[in-house]
Amino acid sequence: MLVPIKWLKDYVDIKVDPKSFADAMTMSGSKVEAISETGKEIENVVVGRILKLENHPDADKLIIGQVDVGTEVLQIVTGATNIREGDYIPIAKHGSTLPGGVKIKKGKLRGVESNGMMCSAQELALELDNLPQDILEGIYILDKEYPLGADIKDVLGLNDAVIEFEITTNRPDCQSITGIAREAAATFGSAMKYPETTYKENGENINDFLSIQVKNSELCPRYSARMVKNAVIKDSPAWMQERLIKSGVRPICNIVDITNYVMLELGQPMHAFNYKDLEDKKIIVRNAMPGEVIKTLDEAERKLDSSMLVIADGKKPTGIAGIMGGYGSEIESDTDIIVFECANFEPVNIRLTSKKLGLRTDASSRYERGIDPELVTLALNRACSLVEQIGAGEIVGGKIDIYPVPKIRRKLNLNVKNVNEFIGVNDITEDMIVRYLTSLEFGVKVMGDLEVTVPTFRDDVEGGADLMEEVARLYGYDRIPVKLMDTTFTQGGKNYRQVIRDMAKRNMAAQGLYEVMTYSFVSPGVYNKINLKAENPLRNAIKLINPLGEDQGVMRTTMIPNMLEVISRNYNMKAAEGHFFELSKVYLSERLPLDELADERETLTIGMYGEIDFFDLKGAIENLLGELNIRKYSILSSCNDSMHPGRTADLVINNKRIGSLGEVHPDVLDNYGIPVRAYIAELDFEEIILQSNMNIKYKSLPKYPPVERDIAIVVAEEITAGQVEGIIRNKGERLVEEVKLFDIYRGSQIEKGYKSMAYSIVYRSDEKTLSEGDVTKVHNKIVNSLINQIGAVLRQ
Amino acid sequence: MGCKCGKAAFVLSERSRKMKELLERIRIQFIKELEGVLSQKHLEELRIRYLGKKGELTQVLRGMGGLSSEERPVIGQLANEIRDYINEKIEDTAYRLKRKDLEVRLKDEFIDVTMPSKRKALGNKHPLTKVLDEINQIFIGMGFTIVEGPEIEKAYYNFDALNHSKYHPARDIQDTFYINEEILLRTQTSPMQVRVMEQQKPPIRVLVPGKVYRRDEIDATHSPMFHQIEGLVVDKGITMANLKGTLDVFAKRLYGENTKTRFRPHHFPFTEPSAEMDCTCSACNGRGCRVCKDEGWIEILGSGMVHPNVLRICGIDPEIYTGFAFGMGLDRIALLKYDVDDLRLFFENDKRFLAQF
Repeated sequence: MLVPIKWLKDYVDIKVDPKSFADAMTMSGSKVEAISETGKEIENVVVGRILKLENHPDADKLIIGQVDVGTEVLQIVTGATNIREGDYIPIAKHGSTLPGGVKIKKGKLRGVESNGMMCSAQELALELDNLPQDILEGIYILDKEYPLGADIKDVLGLNDAVIEFEITTNRPDCQSITGIAREAAATFGSAMKYPETTYKENGENINDFLSIQVKNSELCPRYSARMVKNAVIKDSPAWMQERLIKSGVRPICNIVDITNYVMLELGQPMHAFNYKDLEDKKIIVRNAMPGEVIKTLDEAERKLDSSMLVIADGKKPTGIAGIMGGYGSEIESDTDIIVFECANFEPVNIRLTSKKLGLRTDASSRYERGIDPELVTLALNRACSLVEQIGAGEIVGGKIDIYPVPKIRRKLNLNVKNVNEFIGVNDITEDMIVRYLTSLEFGVKVMGDLEVTVPTFRDDVEGGADLMEEVARLYGYDRIPVKLMDTTFTQGGKNYRQVIRDMAKRNMAAQGLYEVMTYSFVSPGVYNKINLKAENPLRNAIKLINPLGEDQGVMRTTMIPNMLEVISRNYNMKAAEGHFFELSKVYLSERLPLDELADERETLTIGMYGEIDFFDLKGAIENLLGELNIRKYSILSSCNDSMHPGRTADLVINNKRIGSLGEVHPDVLDNYGIPVRAYIAELDFEEIILQSNMNIKYKSLPKYPPVERDIAIVVAEEITAGQVEGIIRNKGERLVEEVKLFDIYRGSQIEKGYKSMAYSIVYRSDEKTLSEGDVTKVHNKIVNSLINQIGAVLRQ
Repeated sequence: MGCKCGKAAFVLSERSRKMKELLERIRIQFIKELEGVLSQKHLEELRIRYLGKKGELTQVLRGMGGLSSEERPVIGQLANEIRDYINEKIEDTAYRLKRKDLEVRLKDEFIDVTMPSKRKALGNKHPLTKVLDEINQIFIGMGFTIVEGPEIEKAYYNFDALNHSKYHPARDIQDTFYINEEILLRTQTSPMQVRVMEQQKPPIRVLVPGKVYRRDEIDATHSPMFHQIEGLVVDKGITMANLKGTLDVFAKRLYGENTKTRFRPHHFPFTEPSAEMDCTCSACNGRGCRVCKDEGWIEILGSGMVHPNVLRICGIDPEIYTGFAFGMGLDRIALLKYDVDDLRLFFENDKRFLAQF
């Protein structure tokens, strides 16, 4: 919210500069977002009056002006076309400064001396948004006569600071000049005064002109009105316009400006009706009829439903309650009688209506945060007082005020000792608490505990904790000591899952892989991109009902598409190779649509490309399993929609498939625009956690020497290394320590369809030194089994 | 001839005199030959020639059999002296030659240490993981347990139990991703406050890191998915001073001992009183700069005393127990820590970026 300091100073004394003011307000809970001091840089710019304009002898587009600045007449050359003799305009004299540090000096333009500059609104850095269009084009022509030579900052109110506050949602009462003034008074320990609200009424009575009926007082707890007769519709005075503009509101005409001025000053939205447009001279506050249509001030036709509240006259709706007035009932230049509406509406209904209609206004956003119904009287009186003050009409006597259930003031108890204990101090006295709370307009009675009456504008204060906050913030958060907890000792740490996850990440990084982080939601189209068959259960993804876009529409059931994106991106960035892992979640569900929480499974995905092959990927996984002490596993040939059919495998532990690894299918690579081979593994990390075993026990180092025997066999192509190694280990009578495949040969000496495999087998016993005979016995058994079971032929 | 020492004097025989001369000659000849030795190999040849089984000295010693018992010790002693002498000289020379060879080798083996190194390709944890590890460690040191919770969460835990009214704007479909009316992607890690308090009785001291989701279009400072770290302490006698103390220690450990903290009143539905914590800008030490927009302070986290309504809804008596909670954006802290100017970099996973941490 924008608060011009000068306006604020009408209601509270501020003795410090804007920066110190802002700092103190921030520390007491009204956070300052920005301070804007528009005129700070402007120097030596004054009011001048154009005496004479003549054409430049040597330039078609320039004019020479003689300008009276009070003390002297300056000759100034300009290219402006919107000025006339007699205009009052801002003149930057020789040696003056404009916003942005621009210095103005005298000089010659096409040979003619120019002793300053006529200024536009832009050059003075005025808030352009709210200025009338004709002022934006060319030189800023002042609205009336001002003393010649007067400082332009005084004339345009530029020697003011505008402070922008961030108002938290719990403090709608601070959305006004007086609300901030109250906070300022409490912060600085000074007094606050309220705006002038007195005025004279004429002899008539509003009830003779108008009747009001509230049909739904739940949605409209209070509706109040006053009337103005013999209105004189014109521009509001400059001081009012200036304050509106600084607060970000565009001036329209005096009556409308008054309603806006009151809203800014007190936080109460108001509406002004043109009395002659009210049919049957009635205002009825009622729910809209189903399908009822209203054209609002913004000229849009809006279809209403029966949950919405409208302000109607005898025949038709004339406005959507608390949101926007109707088209056709606005104040016009010949409006004579005005009805000021000042009402209170139920916040949730305003919010829902505003959402349904997609129509949010300054008034609706205030109503939806909640406004004190007690504010109505003050606001209405303030508006009437302003009408009188600026001569906009005469106030009709009496008022209509429908307020069936006046608001009750909440009462709370507060104990001084509790306050000190809770905050962690011991020097907050009863007097201090009384002073703090009173300055915020709480009523405080001292009777043992303090009995605190909460003001009607503070709905956010519901209990003791809220009062503690009021006390703490005015005492000063910065005065609260910094103290470590000295209560119960607690043992901190990570759980097993977190420890295993840390180990896995460290292991992956040590193996040369970079950890990546990708989005949990993906496009439903990724399942086609990774070639999943129609019946693949991974397609059953949890859908978001309001994704940012279709490409982020579902919660991922696999991280392979994300990993492919990472590979694709890095490949396109010219990285010759890339090794990545992601340890994150996939989101599965047994039943869709989801009725319980999802099965969020931690998943490890590895992606690689570059000078590597399947066995690098397999090695990375085996290293990880090794560190997590998972010794019994198999990696078995398998198939997978997304993978190369001949180069994919499953990781199986205890007969359970834990994940798959393999070379990405060329079609899938194509879909991701990856022109090189890439390898991906995806493992269910939940299972890996279960299978991991940190109960590591030392195995004594071997006492007896090893014996190494080599063996070369020729077997059919379809026999796998896994089968061969299985037989060797199986028949090895626990003497086989290590099996190394050191050569595979296919070629001239080997029949087609066969391959030669050369193994080195290390035998060792942990009981004795093996004799040649011991080894030969076992070795022969192995050889025989290879011959008998897989048809191996020994190669000499 | 007699001898005053009283020992029987004897005269060397012709044979032994010759042997003596021979021995002396061997010695002289050895000295001469040794001078010419330049390599360890040559030295070894020399050793064999003099001391080997067929060596000259050995021959002499073998010929001692023909000497009288009086002459034998005399010549024997002499021969032994010469053998020891030769041995000693050979060892000395061997040592000297070895040193010389080594010097030559060391000189030859000069390398240009400025040539490119051979490096194993290491990987790396993601920068967000690194910062999280650091933050976890700080709080573990203060007795916090790390807990995690579901990202697909019930609206009850994300909003209702956290004292958000049924119409709180954060529930808006514009701001929160929904699966259905009751289930959503959590917008904060705070729902775990409730889950922890439902399951565990005080004393509670937990830290909850995790992914959260908000319906923000991605740009340099926003992302629909980001990370929060939530903290919760509940016990008897927990005060606002404890909140300040704990978070002040955290800030000093994370940003350095000279970091100052500032607590400002703020509003969150589930804490009361609430505060935002600013730290002195680490880029300018609080003097004011581009990073902190000349304020000297950077907003780091939101915090507050746990709202009595929240304690109550979790079955904890607010008359007996108090607590504080805090929440911070991991991504933002990492941005500031590493001086990264665009949040998107964390999720683009460009190797050139990931390799920098």
